[in-house]
Amino acid sequence: MDPLEAIKVTFFQECEEQLSELESGLLAMEQGETDSETVNAVFRAVHSIKGGAGAFSLEPLVRFAHVFETTLDDVRGGKLAPDNNVVKVMLRAADVLADHVRAARDGGVVEEARSQALAAALEALNGEAPLGGLVSDELDDMPGLEFTPQTVSDDDGFGDDFGFTPLAAGVIALEPEGPALRTWTLRLRPQNALYAKANETGLLLRELKRLGDIQVSIDRSELPGLADLEPEQAYLAWTIALTTDRSRDEIQDIFEFVDGDCDLVISAEDFMAAPLETSDAGLDAPFDVMALIQQAQADVQATAAPAAITEVLAAPAPVSASAPVSGPAPVSGPATGTPVAAVSVPSAPPAPTPMAATAAGVAPDAAHGAAAQQATIRVDLDRVDRLIDLVGELVINQAMLAQRVTESGVPRSSNIAMGLDDLEHLTREIQDSVMAIRAQPVKSVFQRMPRLVREVAAMTGKQVRLVTEGEGTEVDKTVIERLTDPITHMIRNAIDHGLERPEVRVAAGKGPEGTVRLSAAHRSGRIVIEVSDDGKGIDRPRVRQIAIDKGLIEVDSNLSDEDVDNLIFMPGFSTASSVSDISGRGVGMDVVKRSIQGLGGRIAITSRPGQGSTFTLSLPLTLAVLDGMVVSVCDHTLVAPLTAIIESLQPKAQDVRAIGPDAYVIAIRDSYTPLIDVGAMLGYRTTPLDPTKGVALLVEGEGGARAALMVDAIQGQRQVVIKSLEANYRQVEGIAAATILGDGRVALILDVDNVVAARRREKARSDAKLAAAG
Amino acid sequence: MTTSSNSAPRELISFQIGDQEFCVDIMSVREIRGWTPATPLPRTPVFVRGVINLRGAVLPIVDLGSRLGLQMTEPTERHVIIVTRIEEQLVGLLVDAVCDIITVQDDQIQSTPDVASELVQQFVKGILSMEGRMISLIYLERVLPDREAEAA
Repeated sequence: MDPLEAIKVTFFQECEEQLSELESGLLAMEQGETDSETVNAVFRAVHSIKGGAGAFSLEPLVRFAHVFETTLDDVRGGKLAPDNNVVKVMLRAADVLADHVRAARDGGVVEEARSQALAAALEALNGEAPLGGLVSDELDDMPGLEFTPQTVSDDDGFGDDFGFTPLAAGVIALEPEGPALRTWTLRLRPQNALYAKANETGLLLRELKRLGDIQVSIDRSELPGLADLEPEQAYLAWTIALTTDRSRDEIQDIFEFVDGDCDLVISAEDFMAAPLETSDAGLDAPFDVMALIQQAQADVQATAAPAAITEVLAAPAPVSASAPVSGPAPVSGPATGTPVAAVSVPSAPPAPTPMAATAAGVAPDAAHGAAAQQATIRVDLDRVDRLIDLVGELVINQAMLAQRVTESGVPRSSNIAMGLDDLEHLTREIQDSVMAIRAQPVKSVFQRMPRLVREVAAMTGKQVRLVTEGEGTEVDKTVIERLTDPITHMIRNAIDHGLERPEVRVAAGKGPEGTVRLSAAHRSGRIVIEVSDDGKGIDRPRVRQIAIDKGLIEVDSNLSDEDVDNLIFMPGFSTASSVSDISGRGVGMDVVKRSIQGLGGRIAITSRPGQGSTFTLSLPLTLAVLDGMVVSVCDHTLVAPLTAIIESLQPKAQDVRAIGPDAYVIAIRDSYTPLIDVGAMLGYRTTPLDPTKGVALLVEGEGGARAALMVDAIQGQRQVVIKSLEANYRQVEGIAAATILGDGRVALILDVDNVVAARRREKARSDAKLAAAG
Repeated sequence: MTTSSNSAPRELISFQIGDQEFCVDIMSVREIRGWTPATPLPRTPVFVRGVINLRGAVLPIVDLGSRLGLQMTEPTERHVIIVTRIEEQLVGLLVDAVCDIITVQDDQIQSTPDVASELVQQFVKGILSMEGRMISLIYLERVLPDREAEAA
């Protein structure tokens, strides 16, 4: 990847972080936390995105971010009260901003109408004239602020002309001048750290310009000769006269990101106001120009140095070309036609050093985000996974070692055995710590939901409040990635099917606004996620009728309330009478259930008519380990995922009935469940196991289909490290993965879904359907 | 079957199955280890003996003799597993014994004679003659069953 692309990738990663900062900040503001810290965080997020986007010339993004930023700036400045309406518009603007970022990243386009509508809405909040034109004007101004080396012609002696480039574009006030104009003098001396963090004085000046009329002069007095020049040293200082109606705090805010990295003095000096009133007064400098010129002439070497800096930093190749100018008679340097930087005393362009930073493609503001972050590092996921693999091996190795030591008859009290105990503790701790690296708070998933809720609420015309709890609950990254779809679907369902329309709610004695609660918590080594609503609950008679209509249950089926509720998880069930845009996408809760089960999780529903429903997901904290039931099948050791097992039982002869020539069912509490001989199924044996001599594991597979798996014996329950078979081989039917047991041998993990489904495919029977419904 | 005119010598590891000698490129060999009992996989071809634990990775074991249509190997502790990297996967080849490391030029590798059976044509890339011994160069990419399907 070329370096610029790599930086761009980082920029977009940081954008994602900024966007989530933005959203959480706005949500906090919605809750009434409108203190300056929150508002500033929100502003900073948008500002950083805009800054970075500017560096990559992502124009639509910059344009929109700018409008957004302007509104936020008003909030920050106390001009606009962040009431509920304002925050709501901003939340929607945040969504559009996110779309812009993604469009810029993935090469798409954002719906122009939507973007403009929100930009207009933001501007309306602003109470200003549409900024669209100004935004582009300002973008066009950018080159005016850039540092353009100029050729000084032969007869253009240094003495009478410094090649001044008055920053005419830079000093046009963007905003009409208010009545309470005041002139401030800012003395800015950047330190090395400012540039090292990819900040740029030019951008700061540009920000200042937005506040009012500015006059900039540069102080080059510390600039050494080329020979002594340290390329990464900051030598320049600026004096800025700013005429504005803004407060000192607002001026100070511009320097927020460079706080501590520069010496900054802001003082009010009204005597400067007069010469600043005309923007082209650049040459009639407020300072003693002659003194400055004398100073410049006195420091003969310095006159040549700006050129040198430009050349060295922006284009290393032509250094030699500018080398002669550092000779003893520098005045002749420009006369030779060597490219010389525009040395303008009263109104200087930004220093060359930051230019180099821009040239290198560093997004100046994106760097702020990184700097503001806590001490975190980005690590390639592969490296973490490799570490997890290695630790898995360590755990297995340690178990093997312990087993061998025990087998060798070493007494428990011996030093070796005790040392091994310590080793075991350590390896467990290492394993936990390594797993914690992959663990991430569910926040990243939860954060996407407010937007979803807003959209679905708008589509359905319902009023919804989303309450989230336990965002900090951590779970393995892989689990998080695969949680988004099920949770999205459940929340859509909760709003679309669960919550009533406002008028219905009011009629039922509830508030017009429905609540959807999304919570996460750790419970006994698993993560439990709940999605609940305070809507109407499951309409059981209707669910039942639909199930009958669709042939999922018999007309006279005797089902408990719980059974009826669980019907919604059956494949092909959808309560929406018309396929709506929101939840009826041809997938139903059965898909949710399947994906949760695919993660080794379970889903349950409780519902109370008129009071709402709650979906409860219980998931393993990681996909790297699994709680398994270790069983023996014909001298082979197999592992069955504990999540799939409902119960285990020892079949009695009278409970097992033959159906047809070679099929059996087992009666468990009056329902007949197909019996699957795992050994025969996997080809380990040819003569079937006598059911009374084995153990039956009652399992539930995909779509709620139940079956009893016959195994020879249960060895015990164990947490096992999941190893992929596909990595070095391929998928094997009936086997989900492999693991390594304490004796170092590979054991296979049963794919319960596949085993049950394979059986069903072979013998599709109506009783299986009944069992599934139960 | 000479693949290139490049005269850089290649190193091959030769091994024995029954009374025949075969070889693979040393660059694809990761390690050589003794036989350890494998966990059989259900519903797999007979030549896949199962999987073993290779320091935490699950390694499938292919009985190369059986794969080549020779006899099934009755593995003992004296048998050897050559761990090879075939494209992105690690595969263990069960053979009787490892013989030698041989250095050859590409042009020493002769194409497989036409008389050979279809199975041999499929798995033998070429043959070479070393001090009177005939050594067959194995077509590693075709050893795993699904790769065979891809090649077909």
